[in-house]
Amino acid sequence: MANKLISEIPLPKSIANVFAARNISTAKEALSLTEFELMELLDVGLAEVRSALSQISEIVAPPYQTALSLMEQRFRNEHLGGHFPTGLKGLDAALCGGIPFGVLTELVGPAGIGKTQFCLKLALLASLPSNFGGLDGRVIYVDVEFKFSSRRLLEIGLRSFPEIFQMKEMAKEMAGRILVLRPTSLSEFTEHLQQIKISLLKNQVKMLVIDSMTALVSGEHEQGSRRQPTLSWHISFIKSLAELSRIPVVVTNQVRSQNRNEVSQYSFQVQSRDATVETPARYDSYLVAALGIHWAHAVTTRLVLEAKSGQRFIKVAKSPISPPLAFPFHITSSGILLLSDEGMELMGPEINSIHYQGHNEIINFGMEN
Amino acid sequence: MEIWRLPISASQRGKLISAGYTSLSSLSSISSSDLARELKVSDSEALDILKVASRSRGLEISNANCSMVEGAQNAWDMLRDEESLVHITTSSADLDNILGGGIHCKEVTEIGGVPGIGKTQLGIQIAINAQIPGDFGGLGGKAIYIDTEGSFMVERAFQIAEACIEDMSEYNRFLRKDFHACEIRMQPNDILENIFYFRICSYTEQIALINYLDKFISEHKDVKLVVVDSVTFHFRQDFDDMALRTRVLSGMALKLMKLAKKFSLAVVLLNQVTTKHTEGSFQLSLALGDSWSHACTNRIVLYWNGNERYAYIDKSPSLRSASAAYSVTARGIRNSSSSCKRIKMM
Repeated sequence: MANKLISEIPLPKSIANVFAARNISTAKEALSLTEFELMELLDVGLAEVRSALSQISEIVAPPYQTALSLMEQRFRNEHLGGHFPTGLKGLDAALCGGIPFGVLTELVGPAGIGKTQFCLKLALLASLPSNFGGLDGRVIYVDVEFKFSSRRLLEIGLRSFPEIFQMKEMAKEMAGRILVLRPTSLSEFTEHLQQIKISLLKNQVKMLVIDSMTALVSGEHEQGSRRQPTLSWHISFIKSLAELSRIPVVVTNQVRSQNRNEVSQYSFQVQSRDATVETPARYDSYLVAALGIHWAHAVTTRLVLEAKSGQRFIKVAKSPISPPLAFPFHITSSGILLLSDEGMELMGPEINSIHYQGHNEIINFGMEN
Repeated sequence: MEIWRLPISASQRGKLISAGYTSLSSLSSISSSDLARELKVSDSEALDILKVASRSRGLEISNANCSMVEGAQNAWDMLRDEESLVHITTSSADLDNILGGGIHCKEVTEIGGVPGIGKTQLGIQIAINAQIPGDFGGLGGKAIYIDTEGSFMVERAFQIAEACIEDMSEYNRFLRKDFHACEIRMQPNDILENIFYFRICSYTEQIALINYLDKFISEHKDVKLVVVDSVTFHFRQDFDDMALRTRVLSGMALKLMKLAKKFSLAVVLLNQVTTKHTEGSFQLSLALGDSWSHACTNRIVLYWNGNERYAYIDKSPSLRSASAAYSVTARGIRNSSSSCKRIKMM
């Protein structure tokens, strides 16, 4: 809508000609200028500029919907009202059905905690037919770190859904629905994204997984704040992709250690030290999500995977619908399983912190049910 | 007043000056046909120029006579307006207290905080509270929710609406003896129907929509609240020209303020957070830069203090700086459950 041509908007002839003469051909260019700038540039009076702007704005502005019709539309057209069940009961209950469509869901955690395992399971689930809880469609898996393992994928399939995967043709069909892309640079990823956008609707793609977002940036090494502008276009693009196609998008993020003097306060907090409650000192490894605060704002749901006292937890750190719950989990040959469907509610910013203590062995082959 | 201050186009101004008209008084006695001949423009154009000139001159003369400037209001009359100001409650009594009753109508309030602190939650709560009927101390109006990030979750809005209706029935039963008489007939679906939802995908659409709101609200006079969630998102990228960004943002802020005053609405803008390097260290501050921070009337910062969520009044023309705790529950925004003294005056 932003690139709507002025020529397509029903404006009085005189002003339309002036716009064209001054090389203002899209609505975006016209709306980026203030009224006085336009008056100056087009050499017309204020009233004419105002009326032209209001006509352009009316056409470019998106239509509205009442929240009620939005809800009804989603429940009518979409799988479970716009949620993709992960198969982890406690998590699905907290998220009101599962991973939401149309927005970004982030999995963040230290290396080896199980993010890729979770992604593999989700990709598999999405390819399954709907009577097995799947989305019955293709999955695009962007594998930046070369961690995707088809063998592991099929093993998870065989253990979780033996009735499908024991038949070779079915296994082939399901695995055939998962398309793996391996961009080696950020610019290649950019091209992939643009192609994905075009083919999304045509090819019945029902989910997008990006594993991992961090690895894309760490290749392009630039110090400090330069990192932000590189990713912001991608963040915006992926969000609009998710929004337009109404599919779940799962992105993984890594962790980094936090500097002692790193920021956590506003200027007014610094000024009034007595009013602030001191956060208890932390003695374990101090990890935070990579990619910064701009990224943290852009994701709608953030699931933190961590290890504490030898136990792994998946925490709902940011969600518009779920309280801050933590579920213990482990990884078996059939993928991630929750050890309890009753989440523990965590208070305060503790839900955001990432611990990494005392765990080994990624897969416990002995603990099967 | 000089010619160059008139709101006319550049070429008209140029013609006037080259024809020798440099001040307003020189235009006072000429007829439109004479002017048209001298400037070599059409009659109607000359008439327009004279109209603009006489209007500006009218203002100047009344200034000289020390009488009321057109459009001004004296402070005593404004006091009456200010006292009759209505608010939209946030559903947390502590928060309402430091806000002087709630979110003010006729003003633009900016609310910012780190991800996950509850900005969207507060936005949805206020959008629902704007609809509380007058009998319960509310505005009984509709709300416009402009979503730039896709963070609006309908299921959550439904949950909060349900809880709001339950609270109203509770209040009804508690305070009114004849509870059959004023039964709540509102259903959560009715509340959802009164929220106009717009989804914005680029900054162009954002500007266009805010321009269009004037017309939209004239056609939907019962809208009492506009929430923009978040005003930042589309302005944080694709802007190579920062000066342009500042101009566009301040234009937007002005239009929103005009809307708020014209239709007596409350405008709530949700903002994100960024890090700023000041005084040798990095501090958190609201995004969009220093010039934007002057644009809004009120500014509230949501932050973590220990294990609790707090709101701090960073900027307001009439409220003192204070902070209060609040919490995000399954029923929406509520008072914080801790019992220690929460409101801290700064």
